[in-house]
Amino acid sequence: MSLIGFCEWLANTSWSIGLHESRWGYSILESVHVLSLCLFLGLAVMMDLRLLGVSIRRAAVSEVMEQLMPWIIAGFVLMVISGALLFTAIPVRTYQSIFFRTKMLMLVAAGLNVWVFHSTVYRKVAEWDLHPIPPKRARVAAGLSLALWAGIVVSGRMIAYNWFDCDKPQRAIIIRIEGCRATDLQ
Amino acid sequence: MSLLPFFMWCENSAIGDAIRSSGWLFPVIEAVHLLGLAVIGGAVLVVDLRLFGFEFPRQPVAQLARDAQRWLLGSLAVMIATGALMFTSEAIKCYYHPAFWMKMTCLFLAIVFTFTVKRKVVMADEARIGPLRNKLVALVSIALWSGVGIGGRWIGFS
Repeated sequence: MSLIGFCEWLANTSWSIGLHESRWGYSILESVHVLSLCLFLGLAVMMDLRLLGVSIRRAAVSEVMEQLMPWIIAGFVLMVISGALLFTAIPVRTYQSIFFRTKMLMLVAAGLNVWVFHSTVYRKVAEWDLHPIPPKRARVAAGLSLALWAGIVVSGRMIAYNWFDCDKPQRAIIIRIEGCRATDLQ
Repeated sequence: MSLLPFFMWCENSAIGDAIRSSGWLFPVIEAVHLLGLAVIGGAVLVVDLRLFGFEFPRQPVAQLARDAQRWLLGSLAVMIATGALMFTSEAIKCYYHPAFWMKMTCLFLAIVFTFTVKRKVVMADEARIGPLRNKLVALVSIALWSGVGIGGRWIGFS
Protein backbone atom coordinates (compact mmCIF):
# COMPACT_ATOMS: atom_id res chain seq x y z
CA MET A 1 0.00 0.00 0.00
CA SER A 2 1.34 3.43 -0.86
CA LEU A 3 1.67 6.17 1.74
CA ILE A 4 -1.16 8.14 0.18
CA GLY A 5 -3.22 4.95 0.12
CA PHE A 6 -2.60 4.54 3.83
CA CYS A 7 -3.69 8.14 4.41
CA GLU A 8 -6.88 7.53 2.43
CA TRP A 9 -7.60 4.46 4.51
CA LEU A 10 -6.92 6.41 7.72
CA ALA A 11 -9.18 9.25 6.60
CA ASN A 12 -12.08 6.83 6.34
CA THR A 13 -11.75 5.35 9.81
CA SER A 14 -14.35 6.34 12.38
CA TRP A 15 -11.50 7.58 14.58
CA SER A 16 -10.39 10.09 11.99
CA ILE A 17 -13.86 11.25 11.09
CA GLY A 18 -14.84 11.52 14.75
CA LEU A 19 -11.78 13.60 15.61
CA HIS A 20 -12.09 15.77 12.53
CA GLU A 21 -15.73 16.59 13.21
CA SER A 22 -15.51 16.76 17.00
CA ARG A 23 -16.68 19.88 18.70
CA TRP A 24 -13.91 20.13 21.27
CA GLY A 25 -11.54 17.23 20.61
CA TYR A 26 -9.60 18.68 17.72
CA SER A 27 -9.37 22.14 19.31
CA ILE A 28 -8.11 20.72 22.59
CA LEU A 29 -5.58 18.56 20.78
CA GLU A 30 -4.34 21.52 18.77
CA SER A 31 -4.04 23.57 21.96
CA VAL A 32 -1.99 20.82 23.62
CA HIS A 33 0.31 20.82 20.61
CA VAL A 34 0.77 24.59 20.61
CA LEU A 35 1.13 24.99 24.36
CA SER A 36 3.53 22.03 24.72
CA LEU A 37 5.71 24.09 22.44
CA CYS A 38 6.32 26.40 25.38
CA LEU A 39 7.72 23.52 27.39
CA PHE A 40 9.63 21.77 24.61
CA LEU A 41 10.89 24.60 22.46
CA GLY A 42 11.02 27.17 25.27
CA LEU A 43 13.53 25.10 27.21
CA ALA A 44 15.35 23.98 24.05
CA VAL A 45 15.80 27.67 23.22
CA MET A 46 17.23 28.35 26.69
CA MET A 47 19.65 25.47 26.18
CA ASP A 48 20.65 26.69 22.73
CA LEU A 49 21.20 30.14 24.19
CA ARG A 50 23.68 28.62 26.64
CA LEU A 51 25.40 26.85 23.75
CA LEU A 52 25.58 30.15 21.93
CA GLY A 53 27.22 31.67 24.99
CA VAL A 54 24.45 34.21 25.30
CA SER A 55 22.64 33.19 28.50
CA ILE A 56 23.08 31.29 31.79
CA ARG A 57 26.81 31.62 31.24
CA ARG A 58 27.81 30.93 34.81
CA ALA A 59 26.55 27.37 34.65
CA ALA A 60 28.54 24.59 33.04
CA VAL A 61 27.19 23.56 29.64
CA SER A 62 26.89 19.97 30.76
CA GLU A 63 24.89 21.05 33.79
CA VAL A 64 22.45 23.04 31.66
CA MET A 65 22.16 20.11 29.26
CA GLU A 66 21.58 17.59 32.04
CA GLN A 67 19.06 19.74 33.91
CA LEU A 68 16.96 20.81 30.93
CA MET A 69 17.07 17.65 28.82
CA PRO A 70 14.50 15.58 30.76
CA TRP A 71 11.95 18.39 30.41
CA ILE A 72 12.81 18.99 26.79
CA ILE A 73 12.33 15.30 26.05
CA ALA A 74 9.03 15.21 27.94
CA GLY A 75 7.87 18.22 25.93
CA PHE A 76 9.02 16.61 22.71
CA VAL A 77 7.05 13.44 23.47
CA LEU A 78 3.93 15.58 24.01
CA MET A 79 4.56 17.37 20.71
CA VAL A 80 5.02 14.12 18.77
CA ILE A 81 1.96 12.43 20.24
CA SER A 82 -0.30 15.45 19.78
CA GLY A 83 1.16 16.04 16.35
CA ALA A 84 0.58 12.46 15.25
CA LEU A 85 -2.99 12.58 16.52
CA LEU A 86 -3.58 15.84 14.68
CA PHE A 87 -2.33 14.13 11.54
CA THR A 88 -4.82 11.30 11.97
CA ALA A 89 -7.68 13.81 11.93
CA ILE A 90 -6.95 15.11 8.41
CA PRO A 91 -4.45 12.63 6.94
CA VAL A 92 -4.67 13.16 3.18
CA ARG A 93 -4.62 16.95 3.12
CA THR A 94 -1.88 17.11 5.74
CA TYR A 95 0.23 14.48 4.01
CA GLN A 96 0.04 16.40 0.74
CA SER A 97 0.61 19.84 2.25
CA ILE A 98 3.83 21.46 1.13
CA PHE A 99 4.07 23.05 4.57
CA PHE A 100 3.78 19.67 6.25
CA ARG A 101 6.42 18.17 4.00
CA THR A 102 8.77 21.07 4.62
CA LYS A 103 8.14 20.78 8.35
CA MET A 104 8.97 17.07 8.34
CA LEU A 105 12.16 17.62 6.35
CA MET A 106 13.26 20.28 8.79
CA LEU A 107 12.44 18.01 11.72
CA VAL A 108 14.75 15.37 10.25
CA ALA A 109 17.43 18.02 9.73
CA ALA A 110 17.02 19.20 13.33
CA GLY A 111 17.41 15.62 14.54
CA LEU A 112 20.53 15.16 12.42
CA ASN A 113 21.95 18.38 13.82
CA VAL A 114 21.46 17.12 17.37
CA TRP A 115 23.01 13.76 16.52
CA VAL A 116 26.05 15.26 14.82
CA PHE A 117 26.56 17.70 17.68
CA HIS A 118 26.43 14.96 20.30
CA SER A 119 28.73 12.64 18.34
CA THR A 120 31.36 15.23 17.66
CA VAL A 121 31.93 18.51 19.47
CA TYR A 122 29.93 17.59 22.58
CA ARG A 123 32.08 14.52 23.15
CA LYS A 124 34.85 16.84 24.26
CA VAL A 125 32.62 19.06 26.40
CA ALA A 126 34.87 18.64 29.44
CA GLU A 127 37.39 20.88 27.68
CA TRP A 128 35.00 23.80 27.28
CA ASP A 129 32.29 23.05 29.80
CA LEU A 130 32.91 26.10 31.93
CA HIS A 131 33.65 28.53 29.12
CA PRO A 132 31.01 31.24 29.01
CA ILE A 133 31.29 31.12 25.23
CA PRO A 134 31.54 27.59 23.78
CA PRO A 135 33.65 26.71 20.71
CA LYS A 136 32.50 27.73 17.25
CA ARG A 137 31.13 24.32 16.23
CA ALA A 138 28.89 24.25 19.29
CA ARG A 139 27.63 27.72 18.50
CA VAL A 140 26.97 26.78 14.89
CA ALA A 141 24.97 23.75 16.01
CA ALA A 142 22.96 25.94 18.40
CA GLY A 143 22.34 28.58 15.74
CA LEU A 144 21.27 25.95 13.25
CA SER A 145 19.00 24.42 15.84
CA LEU A 146 17.28 27.74 16.51
CA ALA A 147 16.88 28.47 12.79
CA LEU A 148 15.46 25.01 12.06
CA TRP A 149 13.01 25.11 14.94
CA ALA A 150 11.83 28.56 13.89
CA GLY A 151 11.21 27.13 10.43
CA ILE A 152 9.43 24.13 11.88
CA VAL A 153 7.09 26.32 13.94
CA VAL A 154 6.29 28.65 11.06
CA SER A 155 5.69 25.92 8.49
CA GLY A 156 3.63 24.02 11.03
CA ARG A 157 1.38 27.04 11.51
CA MET A 158 0.99 27.45 7.77
CA ILE A 159 -0.38 23.92 7.32
CA ALA A 160 -3.78 25.32 8.29
CA TYR A 161 -3.82 27.69 5.32
CA ASN A 162 -5.25 26.33 2.09
CA TRP A 163 -3.26 28.40 -0.41
CA PHE A 164 -1.54 25.36 -1.88
CA ASP A 165 -4.22 22.74 -1.35
CA CYS A 166 -4.61 20.07 -4.03
CA ASP A 167 -8.32 20.74 -4.38
CA LYS A 168 -7.54 24.12 -5.94
CA PRO A 169 -5.74 24.65 -9.26
CA GLN A 170 -2.01 24.89 -8.56
CA ARG A 171 1.22 25.47 -10.45
CA ALA A 172 2.91 22.36 -11.83
CA ILE A 173 5.76 22.61 -9.34
CA ILE A 174 3.33 22.60 -6.40
CA ILE A 175 1.46 19.63 -7.86
CA ARG A 176 4.75 17.78 -8.18
CA ILE A 177 5.96 18.61 -4.64
CA GLU A 178 2.63 17.73 -3.06
CA GLY A 179 1.87 14.68 -5.17
CA CYS A 180 -1.54 16.09 -6.11
CA ARG A 181 -3.68 13.68 -8.11
CA ALA A 182 -6.26 14.48 -10.76
CA THR A 183 -8.92 13.14 -8.41
CA ASP A 184 -7.96 15.72 -5.74
CA LEU A 185 -9.16 18.52 -7.97
CA GLN A 186 -12.89 17.88 -7.69
CA MET B 1 -18.26 53.47 30.17
CA SER B 2 -18.26 51.43 27.02
CA LEU B 3 -15.06 50.36 25.38
CA LEU B 4 -16.92 49.55 22.20
CA PRO B 5 -16.13 52.86 20.47
CA PHE B 6 -12.42 52.30 21.13
CA PHE B 7 -12.60 48.77 19.75
CA MET B 8 -14.44 50.02 16.68
CA TRP B 9 -11.80 52.66 16.16
CA CYS B 10 -9.10 49.97 16.30
CA GLU B 11 -11.01 47.76 13.89
CA ASN B 12 -11.44 50.58 11.41
CA SER B 13 -7.85 51.76 11.66
CA ALA B 14 -5.62 51.75 8.60
CA ILE B 15 -3.48 49.00 10.14
CA GLY B 16 -6.49 46.82 10.89
CA ASP B 17 -7.71 47.35 7.38
CA ALA B 18 -4.36 46.53 5.83
CA ILE B 19 -4.02 43.29 7.79
CA ARG B 20 -7.55 42.21 6.95
CA SER B 21 -7.23 42.84 3.24
CA SER B 22 -3.86 41.16 2.94
CA GLY B 23 -3.94 37.42 2.53
CA TRP B 24 -0.58 36.82 4.14
CA LEU B 25 0.00 39.57 6.73
CA PHE B 26 -2.03 37.97 9.48
CA PRO B 27 -0.38 34.53 9.09
CA VAL B 28 3.08 36.09 9.16
CA ILE B 29 2.32 38.20 12.24
CA GLU B 30 0.80 35.16 13.91
CA ALA B 31 3.89 33.08 13.09
CA VAL B 32 6.09 35.67 14.82
CA HIS B 33 3.65 35.59 17.74
CA LEU B 34 4.21 31.81 17.95
CA LEU B 35 7.99 32.17 17.92
CA GLY B 36 7.72 34.73 20.71
CA LEU B 37 5.55 32.23 22.56
CA ALA B 38 8.36 29.68 22.54
CA VAL B 39 10.86 32.16 23.95
CA ILE B 40 8.59 33.49 26.67
CA GLY B 41 7.69 29.91 27.56
CA GLY B 42 11.34 29.10 28.10
CA ALA B 43 12.11 32.28 30.00
CA VAL B 44 9.19 31.77 32.39
CA LEU B 45 9.58 28.00 32.79
CA VAL B 46 13.30 27.96 33.47
CA VAL B 47 12.68 30.08 36.58
CA ASP B 48 9.42 28.41 37.61
CA LEU B 49 10.89 24.90 37.33
CA ARG B 50 13.79 26.07 39.48
CA LEU B 51 11.36 27.50 42.05
CA PHE B 52 9.63 24.13 42.14
CA GLY B 53 12.98 22.56 42.86
CA PHE B 54 12.82 20.46 39.71
CA GLU B 55 16.03 21.65 38.11
CA PHE B 56 19.31 23.52 38.58
CA PRO B 57 19.61 22.75 42.28
CA ARG B 58 23.10 24.19 42.28
CA GLN B 59 22.28 27.48 40.58
CA PRO B 60 20.95 30.38 42.64
CA VAL B 61 17.46 31.19 41.39
CA ALA B 62 18.23 34.92 41.39
CA GLN B 63 21.00 34.42 38.85
CA LEU B 64 18.84 32.23 36.61
CA ALA B 65 16.11 34.85 36.73
CA ARG B 66 18.57 37.58 35.87
CA ASP B 67 19.81 35.57 32.91
CA ALA B 68 16.29 34.92 31.69
CA GLN B 69 15.10 38.47 32.28
CA ARG B 70 16.13 40.01 28.97
CA TRP B 71 14.54 37.13 27.07
CA LEU B 72 11.35 37.48 29.12
CA LEU B 73 11.16 41.20 28.43
CA GLY B 74 12.11 40.89 24.78
CA SER B 75 9.65 38.12 24.02
CA LEU B 76 6.91 39.87 26.00
CA ALA B 77 7.45 42.97 23.85
CA VAL B 78 7.20 40.86 20.68
CA MET B 79 4.05 39.12 21.94
CA ILE B 80 2.36 42.40 22.83
CA ALA B 81 3.34 44.05 19.54
CA THR B 82 2.21 41.14 17.34
CA GLY B 83 -0.85 40.62 19.52
CA ALA B 84 -1.87 44.26 19.19
CA LEU B 85 -1.48 44.07 15.42
CA MET B 86 -3.63 40.96 15.16
CA PHE B 87 -6.12 42.60 17.51
CA THR B 88 -6.63 45.58 15.21
CA SER B 89 -7.66 43.24 12.41
CA GLU B 90 -10.46 41.67 14.47
CA ALA B 91 -11.13 44.03 17.36
CA ILE B 92 -14.93 43.68 17.29
CA LYS B 93 -14.75 39.90 17.39
CA CYS B 94 -12.45 40.23 20.42
CA TYR B 95 -14.81 42.67 22.11
CA TYR B 96 -17.62 40.13 22.08
CA HIS B 97 -15.47 37.08 22.82
CA PRO B 98 -15.20 35.98 26.46
CA ALA B 99 -11.84 34.36 25.70
CA PHE B 100 -10.33 37.72 24.80
CA TRP B 101 -11.28 39.21 28.15
CA MET B 102 -10.04 36.13 29.99
CA LYS B 103 -6.75 36.39 28.15
CA MET B 104 -6.31 40.10 28.85
CA THR B 105 -7.17 39.63 32.52
CA CYS B 106 -4.66 36.79 32.84
CA LEU B 107 -2.05 38.79 30.94
CA PHE B 108 -2.46 41.79 33.20
CA LEU B 109 -2.31 39.64 36.33
CA ALA B 110 0.63 37.60 35.00
CA ILE B 111 2.67 40.71 34.25
CA VAL B 112 1.88 42.34 37.59
CA PHE B 113 2.56 39.12 39.48
CA THR B 114 5.82 38.39 37.65
CA PHE B 115 7.27 41.83 38.24
CA THR B 116 6.16 42.20 41.85
CA VAL B 117 5.60 39.12 44.00
CA LYS B 118 7.63 36.69 41.88
CA ARG B 119 10.48 39.12 41.46
CA LYS B 120 10.62 39.75 45.19
CA VAL B 121 10.65 36.06 46.01
CA VAL B 122 13.22 35.23 43.34
CA MET B 123 15.65 38.01 44.19
CA ALA B 124 15.40 37.47 47.94
CA ASP B 125 17.95 35.56 49.90
CA GLU B 126 17.09 31.92 49.31
CA ALA B 127 17.55 31.03 52.95
CA ARG B 128 14.70 33.34 53.85
CA ILE B 129 12.07 32.06 51.43
CA GLY B 130 10.83 28.60 52.29
CA PRO B 131 10.43 25.98 49.57
CA LEU B 132 6.66 25.98 49.98
CA ARG B 133 6.39 29.66 49.16
CA ASN B 134 8.68 29.21 46.18
CA LYS B 135 6.46 26.44 44.85
CA LEU B 136 3.33 28.49 45.37
CA VAL B 137 4.81 31.40 43.45
CA ALA B 138 5.81 29.06 40.62
CA LEU B 139 2.34 27.54 40.56
CA VAL B 140 0.60 30.91 40.35
CA SER B 141 3.03 32.03 37.65
CA ILE B 142 2.41 28.94 35.51
CA ALA B 143 -1.35 29.14 36.07
CA LEU B 144 -1.55 32.79 35.01
CA TRP B 145 0.67 32.45 31.95
CA SER B 146 -1.19 29.27 30.95
CA GLY B 147 -4.40 31.26 31.18
CA VAL B 148 -2.97 33.71 28.67
CA GLY B 149 -2.03 30.90 26.30
CA ILE B 150 -5.28 29.00 26.65
CA GLY B 151 -7.33 32.18 26.24
CA GLY B 152 -5.36 33.00 23.15
CA ARG B 153 -6.03 29.60 21.63
CA TRP B 154 -9.71 29.86 22.48
CA ILE B 155 -10.00 33.16 20.60
CA GLY B 156 -8.70 31.36 17.55
CA PHE B 157 -11.47 28.81 17.59
CA SER B 158 -14.38 31.02 16.67
